[in-house]
Amino acid sequence: MTDQALMALPVSHGLIFAAALFCVGLAGVLIRRNVIFMLMSLELMLNGAAFAFVLAGAVHGNADGQVMFVLILTLAAAEIAVALALVVHLFHWRRSLDMDALDEVRD
Amino acid sequence: MQALFYITAIIALAAAARVVTGVNAVHALLHLIVTLLAVALLFFMLGAPFAAALEIIIYAGAIMVLMVFVIMMLNQGDAAVENERLWLSGRLWWGPAALAAILLAETSYLVLAGGGSGVEPRPVDGPAVGRALYGPYLLAVELASILLMAALVGAFHLSRKLRGRGRTQP
Repeated sequence: MTDQALMALPVSHGLIFAAALFCVGLAGVLIRRNVIFMLMSLELMLNGAAFAFVLAGAVHGNADGQVMFVLILTLAAAEIAVALALVVHLFHWRRSLDMDALDEVRD
Repeated sequence: MQALFYITAIIALAAAARVVTGVNAVHALLHLIVTLLAVALLFFMLGAPFAAALEIIIYAGAIMVLMVFVIMMLNQGDAAVENERLWLSGRLWWGPAALAAILLAETSYLVLAGGGSGVEPRPVDGPAVGRALYGPYLLAVELASILLMAALVGAFHLSRKLRGRGRTQP
């Protein structure tokens, strides 16, 4: 697979990349009000977490990291299926994808 | 190889930033796919070809197709793009973005201060992952299948209710 002599990556840089991906996704969830964009940002956050798992698995030469990645993938698929069904509902109900349209609880 | 890692990571982060700040949903989706492909390449570099393949097949394939379907179904046109531009142009976004940047800086500092070891990644191939999945993690696999089943039933239920209401009040 990868030539071991070629690859001497500092683990901290990989972890920083995972954290950066997570933070970009977090900022997206916080600043966007469009449900579709919020879902895409959630995917970014899940990818950051998954990358950290795979990196740790690669560092230790262990399959557990990739097992966790498969489970995260399952979670993402389940989440996106239900969330998109809810988004379609929201659109048919409110004619808008704005998260702030759902403010009945406040009244 | 290390330079390749940094280039790919920067591509992934730049595309991710474009996802978060984009106004057109389809353009943002394309950038999201670029991010996913870059992450898959990083997985491959780390010696995890199985994870890379799954990332492309399931994330960039199945999940993105779902999102494309929904975006096309809820086609909002230019009005929505204008609306998004309005939302993003104000002083609204820099507060949360700055806070997230501070979190990132803190995390980076902690990781770097912890003393980064230059350990070489050791490749883990697909069969090893499969043996782990169906060995010690069998219960987790069963739980994941139950989760997928619940999501399937939930999505079906939600879409069925929608069709029923569409018939009564067109």
